Amino acid sequence: MPRSALTGTRIRERRTALGLKQAELARTVGISPAYLNLIEHNRRKVSEALLTTLAEALAADPEALAEGAESALFEGLREAAAGAAAAETPPEADRIEEFVGRFPGWAALLGARQARLAQLERTVETLSDRMAHDPHLSDSLHEVLSAAASVRSTAAILAETEDIEPAWRARFHANIHADSERLAEAAEALVAYLDASAEGETGLSSPQEELEAWLAAKGFHLAALERANPPDPETVIAGAPELATTAARKLALAFAARYRADAHALPLEPFRAALAEHGPDPARLAQVFGTDLPVVFRRLAALPVEEGGRPAGLVACDGAGAITFRRPTPGFALPRFGAACPLWPLYQALSRPMAPLRAVVEMAGRGGGRYLAYAFCQPSHPQGFDGPQVVQAWMLVLPEPGPAQPGDLAVGSSCRVCPREACAARREPSFLAASD
Amino acid sequence: MGKRVLLIEDEPNIIEAIGFILARDGWQVASHSEGTAAIEAIRREAPDVVILDVMLPGRSGFDILNEMRADTGLAHLPVLMLTAKGQVKEREAAERAGADRFMTKPFSNAEMLASVRELGGVA
Repeated sequence: MPRSALTGTRIRERRTALGLKQAELARTVGISPAYLNLIEHNRRKVSEALLTTLAEALAADPEALAEGAESALFEGLREAAAGAAAAETPPEADRIEEFVGRFPGWAALLGARQARLAQLERTVETLSDRMAHDPHLSDSLHEVLSAAASVRSTAAILAETEDIEPAWRARFHANIHADSERLAEAAEALVAYLDASAEGETGLSSPQEELEAWLAAKGFHLAALERANPPDPETVIAGAPELATTAARKLALAFAARYRADAHALPLEPFRAALAEHGPDPARLAQVFGTDLPVVFRRLAALPVEEGGRPAGLVACDGAGAITFRRPTPGFALPRFGAACPLWPLYQALSRPMAPLRAVVEMAGRGGGRYLAYAFCQPSHPQGFDGPQVVQAWMLVLPEPGPAQPGDLAVGSSCRVCPREACAARREPSFLAASD
Repeated sequence: MGKRVLLIEDEPNIIEAIGFILARDGWQVASHSEGTAAIEAIRREAPDVVILDVMLPGRSGFDILNEMRADTGLAHLPVLMLTAKGQVKEREAAERAGADRFMTKPFSNAEMLASVRELGGVA
């Protein structure tokens, strides 16, 4: 199991929270108090077996002790380091854990600033994109400026032309009246549109992130849709505070509709029974239920977490490789922005539609580990014979116990934060390699 | 007989205002209110100066100007471009397309008249 240099600190915190003395805990787990002291001060690494014993004695999850809650913070700090400009002094990327351990307050502040920076960059990008491409905004501005141009020219004629004929004067007065009304309406509409944009669509996250936040709050399990007579998808998403934008609600609606269809094809109780009998083998389960592989992937990733221990990770991408769905599993880092590791079986599947692919992958980096990844690419033809073929690839990620094997596929999260310098598929240098 | 100006613009009240100003200055003013068939209108009216809006129904003013500049008969006809988006990139696009003058809405009547006179060689 991967663990950080701060595992000892978490063990100490947990022990003191329980009111246990160091000697008591040492005796319980069968080590000397001096050795436990070294572990608690992060001076000795903890073996897998000892970690499990310690976790039992502390009534804690071994993974939580090993990885802690700082994953997001480490990820943020790595992003901050990766974003350092070439002209700046390179940060000590290999000492991030030491930094977090010695200066937790500063590290948290830097992590929070990095998150805020990413949000602001995204907002700027969205606004720039809107200014350039939003037809509604462009039309609204055009309407306002055209009306203003007409009012200005006509008013100037009336003010500057002393000998203007009465018929023209009356005509221009009427034009100004009409244009000023039009200008007021266009300006009101523009302000209303910009207000709505500021509150919603240009907000802090993308529609996909809103959907994922909503699903994360539900543990990626929509219990209402598991019932024999499930409600409409509209009812399921109604009132969800995470789904702030129209675009996110549309995505959620499509997700809920597919979830309902999946649950109908593989109802929870029979699925649990088949899982108990055959294990998490997607091909076998697909055969049992007569469905295709992505449905099984999605059902495995929709199981309530307490049943399966570590949740199954699930990623989907479209034909351009853009990630369209993310259900994370601990240790398998999914990039929030930009492209992911091209070696993921997900992308290999894109070039082999309808062929099931399976690989044991080893994720690089601190939170990494071994995973069994199943991938499948499904073409569809939503517009029939004459329409384009649309593909979607899915990858199910299950933790794979045991030590690394020579045949494991070495993968990462994304090139920028991946330490595998000699990777054959590298598209840009890693800041981790550069800072060595 | 005054010189001829063709105003290609889709806002009727702007057509009326510009038409009034130019007519009082001695110009013969014709107008065309959409992007489509604008080239035919230019050939038919044979103006000395064209005032061309960028955002027109059917076809953009940039497209029309590009076609004019590629046509030997219309390549040297003076063009004053009008746009409601006073952005740098619009101005650059107008210059690239071969506009002789560029004005953003809302414009000053005096400035517009001075530009048309200059382009028509009556300044």
